[in-house]
Amino acid sequence: MFILEVNPLVLPDIGLVFWNTIAFVVLLVVLGKFAWKPMLKAISERENGIEEALLQADKMKAEIATMQSENEALLAKAREERATLIKEAKEASDKMVAEAKEKAKSEYDKILADAQLAITQQKNAALTDVKNQVGTLVIEVAEKVLRKELSNKADQESYIKQLADGVKLN
Amino acid sequence: MSFLRIKTLLVAGFSLLAVLSVTKSFANETAMDSAKKEKEFNVTETILEHIKDDHSWHLWGDKSIHLPVILKTSKGVEVFSSAKLVDEHHEPIVYKGNFDYKLIEGKLKIVNEQGTIDEVANKQLLDISITKNVASLFVSVFIILVVFLTAASAYKKTGVTSAPKGLQSFMEPIVLFVRDDLAIPNIGKKKYAKFMPFLLTVFFLILTNNFLGLIPFFPGGANVSGNIAFTMMLAVCVFIVVNLSANKNYWEHIFWMPGMHWSMKLFLAPIELIGVFTKPISLMIRLFANITAGHILVLSLICIIFIFKTIFASAIAVPFAVFIGVIECLVAFLQAYIFTMLTAMYIGMANEEHHHDHAHEAHH
Amino acid sequence: MVGSIAAIGAGLAAIGAGIGIGQIGKGAVEGISRQPEAANDIRSSMIVAAAFVEAVALFAVVVALLGNGG
Repeated sequence: MFILEVNPLVLPDIGLVFWNTIAFVVLLVVLGKFAWKPMLKAISERENGIEEALLQADKMKAEIATMQSENEALLAKAREERATLIKEAKEASDKMVAEAKEKAKSEYDKILADAQLAITQQKNAALTDVKNQVGTLVIEVAEKVLRKELSNKADQESYIKQLADGVKLN
Repeated sequence: MSFLRIKTLLVAGFSLLAVLSVTKSFANETAMDSAKKEKEFNVTETILEHIKDDHSWHLWGDKSIHLPVILKTSKGVEVFSSAKLVDEHHEPIVYKGNFDYKLIEGKLKIVNEQGTIDEVANKQLLDISITKNVASLFVSVFIILVVFLTAASAYKKTGVTSAPKGLQSFMEPIVLFVRDDLAIPNIGKKKYAKFMPFLLTVFFLILTNNFLGLIPFFPGGANVSGNIAFTMMLAVCVFIVVNLSANKNYWEHIFWMPGMHWSMKLFLAPIELIGVFTKPISLMIRLFANITAGHILVLSLICIIFIFKTIFASAIAVPFAVFIGVIECLVAFLQAYIFTMLTAMYIGMANEEHHHDHAHEAHH
Repeated sequence: MVGSIAAIGAGLAAIGAGIGIGQIGKGAVEGISRQPEAANDIRSSMIVAAAFVEAVALFAVVVALLGNGG
């Protein structure tokens, strides 16, 4: 009794079920083959493309970054090299200057020493010479004095005095 | 100021027109009613008539398309126009084909000479007529085919790298929505691709029919997605897809729930087995009842005008009907969304890999 | 008579569903206000839960229709 009173709204009509099934199957097959497949494929392809592009961009970025860091490293290295070169050059020049100075000084010292030596030698020679001459003079004077002494005693004495005054060893 | 004046004029003009036409139709009605001894206005009958299927598709006034009737009886297949089933006043008459056919409460039945239903002959009657719902379904199928074949051909034409244009750009986000919000979260990234065509077809078929049903005049006006035959067919398809794709793990969870005492397992098995059937049945009833309820609501509000038999009732009825109509637009989308999402969820449950035990442990 | 009783039954079911959907909405709004960043997840689960609750009310309507033959 209860079932007989069922509202026609909740009773599926067999003809409708039939046509609905046909429509749905047709839609599923046709769309599945000609619409969903190309659409989904295209969408996923595009997504893959975008993803790949992004990955590539990231890779490029990383590459650029490494290149930059490499460049920087190179630059730093070059700078360092330059600095060392300059330093070395400076050192070398300093060394050369110092050496030259040293050499000049030693030369100068040597020359000075030589000069002093020569001066001393000459002085000694001169002194010796003076001594010799003084000796000779003394002897001459003594000779003269001795000769004079024999003639005049007073004169002799003054003369000796005169001579003695005259002979002053420097 | 001039705008206000034009508006007032327009309002006045429309009210005049409305009042005139209504009085005219009332005049006609009263003339007819006096002839027919005051036929009472029955709300339930009127609403059900609008919601039910029909053999002709009403256009306007007394113009309607008479759809073909296709019958398979014990005497073979028979095709004739439904115009032969009604007289010029749209009253059902007997058509004499292989049997005597008559429309009884909108349904075609075989009648005998006395004009009563021949139960024995009706058992063999298979009515696969192109009714209003079927015709509307064909319209929706046609729309879907045109829209998506055009959209899909755009991919071939412009290639995949260029940005989508026109129809393609309108449909692609919806397709992506079905994929990213319905399929992938519920089925999983590994297996979703296989079910995408089914989910997309279900989604767009429901969506198109929901919206076509909301249009009150010719290309719409039918109640396809609010018809239990339509939802039943979809539910059966979901049932088939879910259970055919189900893996061993799923059946194990139904018949012999792991991690339970054996008595509990025996107790759970019938419940789970019933669950296999109630899932698609709930899908069927949800869609059917939601859409039908929406149609009944709008029609009831419009019927207020005819119950009170005054044009002024429309001041309340029409804004409410518009409001409900807007909500129905949301419901039309929401129901397609929920149907597809639950389908995806059931498919996902049937295809779950064997990591359930870990999930159980994680919950405790 | 059957129709009236069916209408009462449908009305009772509507009360239950109304309370249920109200609870769902309340929970969702509270959840969203507490965690606005999870709004999208909460919204979709809310819709699904509401659909389940609503389905119960609609089952009642269908049962009412079953007993209320045309």
